[in-house]
Amino acid sequence: MNRHPAYLLLGVAAASFFSSVAFAAEPDWRAEAIAMLKRDFQSMGQASYERIHEDDLQTLCNKFSNTPPEKVAVQMMAKQQKTVKYPADGQLMGDWKSGEKIAQSGRGFTWTDEPGIPVGGNCYNCHQISPKEISYGTLGPSLFNFGKLRGGPSVEMQKYAYTKIYNAKSYNACSNMPRFGHVGALNEQQIKDLVALLLDPESPVNK
Amino acid sequence: MKNTGKLAPHRAGSAVLLAAFLAAAALLPLTAHAQTAVVEKDAATLEFERFRAEMEEFGPSGLWEDKGEQLWKTARGPKNASLEKCDLGLGPGVVKGAYVQMPRYFADADKVMDAERRVVWCMVNLQGFKEEDLTKSPFAKEGQDTPEQTSLITYIAAQSRDMKIAVPQKHPKEIAAYKIGKEITGYRAGPYDFSCLSCHGEEGKRIRMQNLPNIASSTGALQAFQGWPGYRMTGGVMLTQQWRMADCFRQQRFPQPKYASDAITALLTYLTVNANGQVYKGPGIKR
Repeated sequence: MNRHPAYLLLGVAAASFFSSVAFAAEPDWRAEAIAMLKRDFQSMGQASYERIHEDDLQTLCNKFSNTPPEKVAVQMMAKQQKTVKYPADGQLMGDWKSGEKIAQSGRGFTWTDEPGIPVGGNCYNCHQISPKEISYGTLGPSLFNFGKLRGGPSVEMQKYAYTKIYNAKSYNACSNMPRFGHVGALNEQQIKDLVALLLDPESPVNK
Repeated sequence: MKNTGKLAPHRAGSAVLLAAFLAAAALLPLTAHAQTAVVEKDAATLEFERFRAEMEEFGPSGLWEDKGEQLWKTARGPKNASLEKCDLGLGPGVVKGAYVQMPRYFADADKVMDAERRVVWCMVNLQGFKEEDLTKSPFAKEGQDTPEQTSLITYIAAQSRDMKIAVPQKHPKEIAAYKIGKEITGYRAGPYDFSCLSCHGEEGKRIRMQNLPNIASSTGALQAFQGWPGYRMTGGVMLTQQWRMADCFRQQRFPQPKYASDAITALLTYLTVNANGQVYKGPGIKR
């Protein structure tokens, strides 16, 4: 590079000038989209209008197209991790059989769902889990042999699985997976049962 | 099947087949629910595919096409006018090819409108129907009469059968609708943090056994556009793209989008422009 520093500076100044002009000319489509969504949605059944608003985490994921800079992501994950409430009795694993039922159900939270009914885990919608169920989705990774591949139900693994189900954003700031415990979709016992489905050596997942 | 209207002779035989199909279709969900074994579920899927293939031979949507054509051409409403002066973008009364060139900007409304929104606009402005009456219960429900605009849309869509999708992106508001629609697809909110792209943003993904088109790709967008308006076997009703978009938001756990609103038009603009250049096969059948 033989260019004189002054030319270089001039070039940078010109580039930033033109890019700022271009930036100003391009409308803020995200802001326009949000304004439109706020105008065009309405409460229906239990799906109240307020759901159209982003929470802090959703705002950051949406702004950064689900890939926030690492510094931001670390802060987001720390904040989400703090929301996780662990069982007072210290027990993290319940009954895998009831976990399987919860994993099968995809009901809850839509405007056609009856409010107050137990919400399903929606797990098979996105994951392979027990080999007996072949109607499984592929949006998430396969969880077949989850415990077996991780050396069984160690306390660390139980805590990981419990945390992941309670608030998936604790480990991946903009994970596709809902925050089932955080939003009150699944209660403590339901999460324990799902942890058992994944980690209990007797669960078909680990056979 | 209340809205059969006048059956064209070539469709009389189809009606018999349709009745047989409907009886079988009514049994299908029972089979799927009662038997959880893997093999039988697969058989149900295969059975459905076989029915779909047979159904597509003649298409149950023909019944609504006929009804829609009647509605289009008959003087009705407080102003006792037909819709033959309704401009779907290619000039007053031109229906041929209009469906695959919407959403588009309409100067008289100063808005970008998708086909269904435009029909509602024409029914209100040309025929004098009340907008609130048309938007109160805009989608077909099992055991009830099909809304008139659904039949009209089916007729209009059928007039674009086998034509290339060519949605314009010239007017600044058409471009804005696309850009905003794109933003909406990525907007995560609600209790489950879902956006359209949570399910429709990658190639080759499924929910359970249901394949999910990636609406950002041109082949995926076509898949999402194709087959609508469609005869939906669940409930045995004719439904439109407006319904489809609303039902996606329902499953996203969002609140309900208003019928014929800017947001749905923006989303349909994004989706349909992405499918530009490919051939639309006309009203279809959906599971």
